[in-house]
Amino acid sequence: MADLPVSPLGLRAPAAPGYIRTGASRAAAGLGPGVALLYLSLMVALPVAALTSTAASSQFLTALTAPQTGAALALTVAEAVATAVIDAVTGVALAWVLVRDDFPGKRLVNALIDLPFALPTIVAGLVLLTLYGPGSPVQLNIAQTRAGILLALLFVTLPFVVRAVQPVLLAVDREAEEAAASLGAGPLTTFRRIVLPAILPATLSGAGLAFARALGEFGSVVLISGNLPFKTMMASVLIAGQVESGDTAGAAAVSVTLLAFALVVIAIVTGAARRLARRHG
Amino acid sequence: MARRLLRYGVLAYLAALLIVPVGMIAYRTFGHGLAPVVDALTSAGALHAAYMSILVCVLAVPLDVVFGVGAGILLARRRMPARWLVNSVIDLPFAMSPVVIGLALFILYGRGGWLGGWLAAHGIQVLFNWPGMVLATAFVCLPFVAREVVPVLEELGTEQEQAASVLGARPLQTLLRITLPAIRWALVYGVVLSAARALGEFGAVTIVSGNIVGQTQTLPLYVDEQFGNFNPTAAYSAGLLLAVIAILILLAMTLLTRKRAREHE
Repeated sequence: MADLPVSPLGLRAPAAPGYIRTGASRAAAGLGPGVALLYLSLMVALPVAALTSTAASSQFLTALTAPQTGAALALTVAEAVATAVIDAVTGVALAWVLVRDDFPGKRLVNALIDLPFALPTIVAGLVLLTLYGPGSPVQLNIAQTRAGILLALLFVTLPFVVRAVQPVLLAVDREAEEAAASLGAGPLTTFRRIVLPAILPATLSGAGLAFARALGEFGSVVLISGNLPFKTMMASVLIAGQVESGDTAGAAAVSVTLLAFALVVIAIVTGAARRLARRHG
Repeated sequence: MARRLLRYGVLAYLAALLIVPVGMIAYRTFGHGLAPVVDALTSAGALHAAYMSILVCVLAVPLDVVFGVGAGILLARRRMPARWLVNSVIDLPFAMSPVVIGLALFILYGRGGWLGGWLAAHGIQVLFNWPGMVLATAFVCLPFVAREVVPVLEELGTEQEQAASVLGARPLQTLLRITLPAIRWALVYGVVLSAARALGEFGAVTIVSGNIVGQTQTLPLYVDEQFGNFNPTAAYSAGLLLAVIAILILLAMTLLTRKRAREHE
């Protein structure tokens, strides 16, 4: 089972920092680092600074407390939390089946997990609408509902938890599980006491990434949600609408709030995952 | 028993969420035969959208390759005071909504923006034009090459480069003969990932392009517009084309993973 290729498109843990100081590396590097730093500031830092400055000079609080904006932000956070929680459960189950179970076609299923990362988001929305939209062949029309948004978010975030948990599960020591089982622990107890502590940090970071992605998701949601104010209007769709109607300052205020929220959640989740991993040894 | 229950439960979830819907779009696309699909895909609008998608992809991905390799060398080899900051900025696009990325560029290059006014005075139109679309796409795809290349460069160390340099190789020679060959697989990976993302980019490009039909419309924008105009055949055809490209990319990645694994043995 160790030969199972984990993820063609998946997430890899950041490698340990290598602090190496040599004159030769500077020679080999040549212009590279300078170009990279310039590029980073011009391409990323400058636009983000411009965005933040516009948001700061706008009527920040007025923009945020507009009833429609508040409703959109609340809905977005609720949908993202639901997505992360469901992904954590289904992702662990999927990873478990892909690592521990064996059935014909498993490699194909494993490869398919990455499809949502490769598929353009607008196509993801379109694809879901053909089955769960108006004229649904299974008599299930969830277009323009909050459940429809959740479905789209679950689709695009599917790989995060699976790809985070899979390599950890592959590395879990089977002997401890066998020992627990031979001492009379049931499969559920073994899972809860032996496997779960090992995969919890990875599950948490996968769910955190899924949350951040769901928070800002646009393409897959825009067709399916119907964008009804106070009902199915997600924050990203609201921002796009504000830009279109010329309210750049309001859009910037919502954007900065969304970005700050994502960064804070990612920082908290990463910290928690690291602490859990350390405690587990 | 429990194992089977879990297996079938998980497979049912995948089928309902992923496999059946993707199959369904193929069925809907060819619901009226092949001819309408061919007509839709060879219409002037679809062809121009495909051209724009390829143009943006071909211009944005090399930008990210140059940056990714530079950043990789920077992060992997250098003791830097603000290492964590560079690292976080590289990952920033993953935390940002594509719409927010589009808006940030929209503000910077807009009429009253820090750069927009100066560029407009020099006759350079960034927004509602291909340069803005390339910048937006390059921003969104920024982390892919860098994240692939950095771990490989860290593992590689600097001994070979040092040796080359001691033997008299110039920096450029060392880069071309030592560094680039060592990271070639990571680079191929990063490029494929970036290209896939670039071809499908929707949110950021929506904001900066203005979605002008026949001018700044890419294939994903075309899908959206045709669907909104109650022209499902055109939307499904272009959508299916993008889905097929995605599946081919996935296949290529799977084969690459296998090849790379074999080379490592």
